[in-house]
Amino acid sequence: MSSPPALGRLGALLPPARLLTRPAELAAYESDGLTAFETRPLAVAVPETRDEVIALVRACRAEGIPFVARGSGTSLCGGSLPVAGGVVIALNRLSRILRIDPDERIAVVEPGVVNTRVSLAAAPHGLYYAPDPSSQSICTIGGNVAFNSGGAHCLKHGMTANHVLGIEAVLASGEVVRFGGAGRDRLGPDWCGLFTGHEGLFGIALEITLQLLPRPEAYATVLAGYATLERAGDAVAAVIAGGLLPGAIEVMDSLAIEAARAAVDADYPPGCAAVLIVEIEGPREVVAIERERLDAILATSAPVAVRAARDDAERAAIWKGRKSAFSAVGRLSPDFIVQDGVVPRQRLGEALRRIAALADEAGLRVANVFHAGDGNLHPLILFDGRVAGALSQAEALAGRILRMCVEMGGSITGEHGVGVEKREFLPAMFNADEIDCLKRLRAAFDPLGIANPGKMFPGGEAPALGHVGLHPLERAGVVSRE
Amino acid sequence: MIAPATLVELRDAVLSAPRVIAVGARTKPRLSDVDAVAITTTALAGITEYDPGEFTITALAGTPVAELVAVLAGRGQHLPFDPLLVEAGSTIGGVVAADTGGPGRFRHGGVRDFILGVGFVDGAGRWLRLGGKVVKNAAGFDVPKFLVGSLGRFAVIGTVTFKVFPRPERRLTLRLPFTPRALADLARSRYPIDALNLPPGHDDMLVRLAGPAAALDALARGIGGREEDDGLWREIVETPWGFRTDIVAAEIAAHRAAHVSGGGSVAWSLVAPPRGLTLRGSAPLWIGDRPRFAIEGAVKEALDPVGRFPTLDDWTGAPARPAPPPPPSPAAGA
Repeated sequence: MSSPPALGRLGALLPPARLLTRPAELAAYESDGLTAFETRPLAVAVPETRDEVIALVRACRAEGIPFVARGSGTSLCGGSLPVAGGVVIALNRLSRILRIDPDERIAVVEPGVVNTRVSLAAAPHGLYYAPDPSSQSICTIGGNVAFNSGGAHCLKHGMTANHVLGIEAVLASGEVVRFGGAGRDRLGPDWCGLFTGHEGLFGIALEITLQLLPRPEAYATVLAGYATLERAGDAVAAVIAGGLLPGAIEVMDSLAIEAARAAVDADYPPGCAAVLIVEIEGPREVVAIERERLDAILATSAPVAVRAARDDAERAAIWKGRKSAFSAVGRLSPDFIVQDGVVPRQRLGEALRRIAALADEAGLRVANVFHAGDGNLHPLILFDGRVAGALSQAEALAGRILRMCVEMGGSITGEHGVGVEKREFLPAMFNADEIDCLKRLRAAFDPLGIANPGKMFPGGEAPALGHVGLHPLERAGVVSRE
Repeated sequence: MIAPATLVELRDAVLSAPRVIAVGARTKPRLSDVDAVAITTTALAGITEYDPGEFTITALAGTPVAELVAVLAGRGQHLPFDPLLVEAGSTIGGVVAADTGGPGRFRHGGVRDFILGVGFVDGAGRWLRLGGKVVKNAAGFDVPKFLVGSLGRFAVIGTVTFKVFPRPERRLTLRLPFTPRALADLARSRYPIDALNLPPGHDDMLVRLAGPAAALDALARGIGGREEDDGLWREIVETPWGFRTDIVAAEIAAHRAAHVSGGGSVAWSLVAPPRGLTLRGSAPLWIGDRPRFAIEGAVKEALDPVGRFPTLDDWTGAPARPAPPPPPSPAAGA
């Protein structure tokens, strides 16, 4: 089958089997982790080498065809939603780990490498890759770099950007650049830092150098149940005030607990309105001392029950409940949307009260699972997409929550990115001059506006509303939203 | 020399001359040694927001780092990357523009890993705030990180927001014989090492542990070596390093002369490195080839459309400007 004329010279760059144009082939790429939207692209290109990616981007530039880079399509903000009339460049086949250097403590990978594979490859050297988004068993490093993904351990270890040392990329301008390198030190401006989190608007990363950390020798994972969400919030503040720097501090509310319990038979203490998970990591001698301090702090926080993982299996069980909470919520409701706002950590209790009030006002149920250590909320707004107007009601509530986060001095997104989903809220965070500055930077990298257009900035064309319900992988428990 | 005392005056100062460069305490004088009117930030000083429970602090660019360090210490917190030249008077804006993270960057990263937000004046005189004031934020492009190491060539920084961490209860320093193998093994060991340096000459290496007081002695016994006075880190931080470089672990054996290091990568040196930036003295600003991209010109144009600030290639004594790499032609991929 010959490629459509609209693809111009793109048709000559790849064998027909790797330039998908039939509707049945395109269907799988019409949506991403933001399942509420779908758009059919003109074609999906499946390059296998960096040179093919470069040639595709340059051909798109020559033909004026928009392109959207895509890894595993787990974006929760519609970051890899296709553009009508554009091409999806699927990077899954650029999936080689090119190098692990245990002495430099780095991994050099292609963009289609799945997040967990990096830690698996580094494990024989006692090293690991720290960023752990909940979709880590399927999401790719290229996507993590594009959206500066987070995870449960950001308080101590930071986001993806804090672990990216070097990026080779083809920019939307056609230039191939090498930002940063193998070292922790740079000369001149931090180009890697600017590129990470570009949301696909600057170009496509071809090769990424990641910093690896020594794997913690020991963990102490403690779960505490509370009679009220407020008490859990106070416990978070007490842990922070106690001078501890846990790897993770997570909170789930009663609706999320109910869901997790039903889904994975999580052994959470009964009768709790909130569960707090605190994880300390480090050398065993340090963990032993900090564990005593943590126990003392939690003992004065009026918990209903405190449980500590006694071994790796129990630690894994605690995290399985936490990380499956999102998909588990799918059992409570036909549909949900998850928000990602950030509030100052000390105002978490106030934020949760206001979210509950906003939810009541809207007549919607909201489950809360969040990274309490860094104030990163994840309210899950439950709705039934089969009911006319339900999605727009849920979106209206989500919008009110985001505006509340900004009013409280926080952010509209902690780790999911702006994408399509939150582009109308960018002006809540930045004024017209600031958005103009971001647009000029975008135009510097992408003068024609062909790289992932319609994302991040307000006023883009509206994507079509798509199917409702859980993503098939989510339903299967393979991925979860966080 | 212009000395604005408010952010409005900072904006006016940027627009007051055809070419300006921001300076702080000039502790790395070569970086701002350029034909431009100096805007000194020393009157633009003070901590504007500090909430220990949030792990964040915001200060005006001219705030002495010493003030931040003292205020944070008063609440049991710190900037883990050990900013350099604290006693010499360096300012927080200078730490960002020159990217002067010291030995402590080994464990949790450098200036780029703790910057959360900046307020800055662009070349058109616009006051802009990008990034955020909370410890986690993914909205908008990460301009705050870009300005780390940007040498005042793209914007004038007015305010900086940093993430801060609780200060470890105790530090303990060990001196051990240096071999590249021993250094690499320690760098990925189980120990809570927050600095790992090679003093000039490299016969020994210095290992700094940090953590709960009661745990450190046992951990130190596991590593061995001789305990040293913690004060030697102050000397490293206050050393007037002549050069910044980016040498990685695999290269250090060839550069044993006079470098200090972070776990194998070398940032600061007293002798000219094979590639790097000159911080003081009259050597060329850039030693060896600097990273150079066509996109640099486009980003410069986006942030500084009229060339109000010098470029990275402008410095006193610079040769005629090298031609930037041409942008690729649309036909290049055909």
